[in-house]
Amino acid sequence: MASKKREVVSSGNELAALAARDAGCKFFGGYPITPSSEVMHEMSDLMPEVGGVCIQMEDEIAGVAAAIGAGMAGVRTMTATSGPGISLKAENLGLAQMAEVPLVVVNVMRGGPSTGLPTRVSQGDVRQAKNPSHGDYRSITLCAGNLEECYTEVVRAFNLADRFMQPVFVLTDETIGHMHGKAMLPTEEEVKAGIVPRKTFDGAPEDYRPYECAPDQPAVLNPMFKGYRYHFTGLHHDAKGFPTEEIETCRKLIQRLEDKVMMHADEIELNEEFMLDDMTGEKGEILIIAYGSVSLAAKEAIRHLRAQGIKAGLFRPITLWPSPATSIKKYTDMIKNVLCVELNIRQYTEEVERVSQRLDIEGLYKVNGRAISPYEIVNKVKEVF
Amino acid sequence: MAFNYDKYLRLEKMPTLWCWGCGDGVILKAFVRAIDKLGVSRDDVCVVSGIGCSGRFSSYVDFNTVHTTHGRTVAFATGIKLVNPDKYVICVAGDGDALAIGGNHTIHGCRRNIDITMIVINNFIYGLTNSQTSPTTPQGMWTVSQKSGNIDPTFNATDLAIASGASFVARETMLDPKKLEKVFVKALEHKGFAFLDIMSNCHINLGRKNKMNSAMENLKWIESITIPKKKWDELPQEEKLNKFPTGILKEDTNAREYCDLYKEVIAFHQGKRKTITQDDFEKKI
Repeated sequence: MASKKREVVSSGNELAALAARDAGCKFFGGYPITPSSEVMHEMSDLMPEVGGVCIQMEDEIAGVAAAIGAGMAGVRTMTATSGPGISLKAENLGLAQMAEVPLVVVNVMRGGPSTGLPTRVSQGDVRQAKNPSHGDYRSITLCAGNLEECYTEVVRAFNLADRFMQPVFVLTDETIGHMHGKAMLPTEEEVKAGIVPRKTFDGAPEDYRPYECAPDQPAVLNPMFKGYRYHFTGLHHDAKGFPTEEIETCRKLIQRLEDKVMMHADEIELNEEFMLDDMTGEKGEILIIAYGSVSLAAKEAIRHLRAQGIKAGLFRPITLWPSPATSIKKYTDMIKNVLCVELNIRQYTEEVERVSQRLDIEGLYKVNGRAISPYEIVNKVKEVF
Repeated sequence: MAFNYDKYLRLEKMPTLWCWGCGDGVILKAFVRAIDKLGVSRDDVCVVSGIGCSGRFSSYVDFNTVHTTHGRTVAFATGIKLVNPDKYVICVAGDGDALAIGGNHTIHGCRRNIDITMIVINNFIYGLTNSQTSPTTPQGMWTVSQKSGNIDPTFNATDLAIASGASFVARETMLDPKKLEKVFVKALEHKGFAFLDIMSNCHINLGRKNKMNSAMENLKWIESITIPKKKWDELPQEEKLNKFPTGILKEDTNAREYCDLYKEVIAFHQGKRKTITQDDFEKKI
């Protein structure tokens, strides 16, 4: 997304919907839930405008099921919800992982667990987004850190969903979802030019093997009703999609679900490195790791710290899962003082500890439904380093 | 000439996983004959199944097929249908699927009156998982989860469908495959949500502890609890107790179908009509 030419005034939730339309989404299945409902409100206008469908289903489970159904049929499809909704959708998200159905899931995070703080901000679903459903698979999770990214990350999610043939999460949060302001977006034409639709098979139907692919590649699923009659199932399945318990076939299938993502994590990774280019590894340098709306406060804090002569910078993963392990390690190897800032308790810090192999990572965590202010970050830095 | 099923079956998946004497095969064959009678291309049909013995239905028929999670057939089918309103979308669910874990989707599929045919294979028990109580298990019968005898009241599936707004509701049993075929044809031809309660046997997991240890005994019991609608309508109330009418129980060809109604939503958003108001509907609140 090189040049940004479109200026709009909107909210994070509305921008997510606009992005879906521009990315060629033709179906939205949802259920009302704070703080994500505005995504559905907007989709209820945008989808019929382009001849698509937006349907408010009877519950969260049905919302994602209908969306996956449309994805099986062959169209670009989306659902949006918040933490409790993801909990309910989890089983069907597992089916989409297993059957390799592309789908975009926007999660506008609020306080949890359970009903939690419905109208307040949180980043409590980061760990959930890694493995919402049971079983082995690799989740792809993107995290928007500003208004523009509510748009660009949803566009990217649609392309990744079709590339990897699986659900892709876009995490935003109450702050950013309800934030209203100016956003500079790529033009519709630019987005359309960047659309890479899912691969299809155009040989003879009798030669079609949707799930017979290289060990690191996703299934090739043709749209329904086009003469390629095959089978979707959540059971372990063979090359044609039919249930099997054959040992090698089962092993290869699940290993492929892992490898198709992990062997191509570089295609998914996206980070922002803010004021890190002058870091040299000398004593006193501060590395802040934050993502999502928290990064806005972190940037502000870094400006304050730098004004006070403290050399601080931000590493912000935009792709949370799979985690940018090599990039994180590069900075945690170089910079001694590392502070993770999250609106949860250590959910991503644990990942930073894992990839950095360091146990001296400091953290600032807040779980009362309120945003973290730049001053809290500044004070924490001064306190611990 | 005998009907040739081969064209519609995935022969390499045969024999089925269903038990000897199971009604599911009879229902599957009647369904296939109905599709053939309608002259529909296999490419234009999508069969969506759930979890349970009936869940395997979709893997045996050579259409576009989807084996979903437990109880969610109608929800998945709704997505498939809305982006393909001119195709045939059929749900095949069990009584546990349709009336317990997926009851909510059944209700709202009926209410929307979306053009989906829902075949509920009702064998009165959770067969696949070895005899747990289902919503249609008669009170007093033995189940593995209620060994003292089932105390849960028995669900009448068609009453639910009628009350929820399905525009076509029927009940048949696997005892009469010809009737089954006919009702499938009618349901598929019907525009709107067609709900079919198809009673079937499970002499293995319902019958074994309820004195119906063979298919014949189980089927005789089904025969004893079902009464053709015409006769049913003339019966005094006390004779209807613990019995179920068979035949077409509701057929409303005027009810608005959901995909058609959604076209009005599209027309509004594309500036081709004014807002939809209460005047657009026959039934006003």
